[in-house]
Amino acid sequence: MDVLLDNLDVFREGFITTIQLFALAAVGSLILGTFLAMLRVSPVPVFRAAGTLYVTLVRNTPLTLVFLFFFFAYPLLEIIDLSYFVAAVVSLIVYTSAFICEVVRSGINTVSVGQAEAARALGLGFGQVLSHVVLPQSFRSVMPPLISMLIALLKNSTIAGGFSVREAGAIRSILSERGEDQMVTLLWIAAGFIILVMVLTFVQRTIEKRWSVAR
Amino acid sequence: MSSILFDIPGPRARVRHRAFAVLGGIALFAVVAFIAWRFYDSGEFAGQKWEWLQYEQVQIDLGNAVLSTLRAFATGSLLALLFGAIFAVGRLSDHVWLRAISSVIVEFFRAIPLLILMFLFFYGLPVLGIKMSPYMAVVLGLMLYNGSVLAEIFRAGVLAIPKGQSEAAYAVGMGKTQVMTLVLLPQAIRSMLPTIISQLVVLLKDSALGFLITYQELLYYARYIGSQGSFDRPIVPTTIVIAAIYITLCLMLTGLANYLNKRERRSKKHVDLEGGGAAKGTAMAGEPTIS
Repeated sequence: MDVLLDNLDVFREGFITTIQLFALAAVGSLILGTFLAMLRVSPVPVFRAAGTLYVTLVRNTPLTLVFLFFFFAYPLLEIIDLSYFVAAVVSLIVYTSAFICEVVRSGINTVSVGQAEAARALGLGFGQVLSHVVLPQSFRSVMPPLISMLIALLKNSTIAGGFSVREAGAIRSILSERGEDQMVTLLWIAAGFIILVMVLTFVQRTIEKRWSVAR
Repeated sequence: MSSILFDIPGPRARVRHRAFAVLGGIALFAVVAFIAWRFYDSGEFAGQKWEWLQYEQVQIDLGNAVLSTLRAFATGSLLALLFGAIFAVGRLSDHVWLRAISSVIVEFFRAIPLLILMFLFFYGLPVLGIKMSPYMAVVLGLMLYNGSVLAEIFRAGVLAIPKGQSEAAYAVGMGKTQVMTLVLLPQAIRSMLPTIISQLVVLLKDSALGFLITYQELLYYARYIGSQGSFDRPIVPTTIVIAAIYITLCLMLTGLANYLNKRERRSKKHVDLEGGGAAKGTAMAGEPTIS
């Protein structure tokens, strides 16, 4: 308990940075992931190919390698200077959006083709089919796996701690300089993550219960 | 074929699509060209940045780095599969206490970030007087985290098997253990094989976390070579090479999963699992395949 109470400032700062990192990366990867999913379901082959290529490449690369690239290799390319925090957010977005893309895409595919065909036969336009028929249904089936992705993103954000971003994953190295017991420190960090994950899991369960549909 | 979002294109839509294809192609080309130009302009395509690949010692060391990544992967996945099977059976047990313990362990290790778990072994255990090599910490972390995820996959597989299977097995007089090991688990593993292998892809990628606890694997070597002044600090080329190696390894595993999946579908032993509807299937496919 002493380890936590004596260093509450470090723990607070660390977890707040983690939550900021998580929130920014979540929003960014939802946007980029949806965009990629749009590319992958589009009727234009070039877009489909580009989306598939991106997803295949990124999904098979370790996140740590993405971090390594953005922290050590990217600065040499001299495009835009990124601070450590922004570089971490970018790495997480690049990686997570590939997974979000697949979730959104499979969500769209859960709606049976017959429904869209029926809607089109009734004379609904593309926008109407999307907003009245497809999206309301796919949104429901997408939410639970989407939150699973966000939970994974939250846990993945600890990697930033290994790349000199002062977030929850970095609390250990800060406190070891203060001479604290590392085992206890790490158990407290783990406890913090368990609480955060439990919150997200609770949201997931609630949504699942409220929105589950019989098909 | 009409898809969910788009009807079969008519003449006007085809023209529009072609226009989009041209515009999109130009835009994509511009993006790729910009990136390539940045690489070229900052001298990353220069010959001396890639010279390191020609040295025999570097090639041998690179091979060794690949081997140590694969070693962590092989040991980790073996242990994770074992751990997963044990705790899946534990969670399906008829005894409440066994179920409770297994659930707590599985949920606990699933909720902790894998990196923190590795830190716990590598930095935490020495405090208690247990010495840990980076390799051991990586393997233990991989085992506990991915094992817990695999336990959930196995459990979902067993639960998805039609009830008639176990009822029939009990009816011919099999005991609980026999039903589980002879009837349920073989079918569950069979039907879950693609998901299991995609979790192993995750495990392979997760082994890269060893970099952060000084396990000398691929990323560690990339960083080492990338900071060598005598090779003109080729961190960009090394990252590209390492990424290519990882992507090849993962695609090989994914290819194996697809092959097994296809074979399983053709096989006479194929069982259609109940409740394996599209929504559930995607939820399960989507859930575990991220680290």
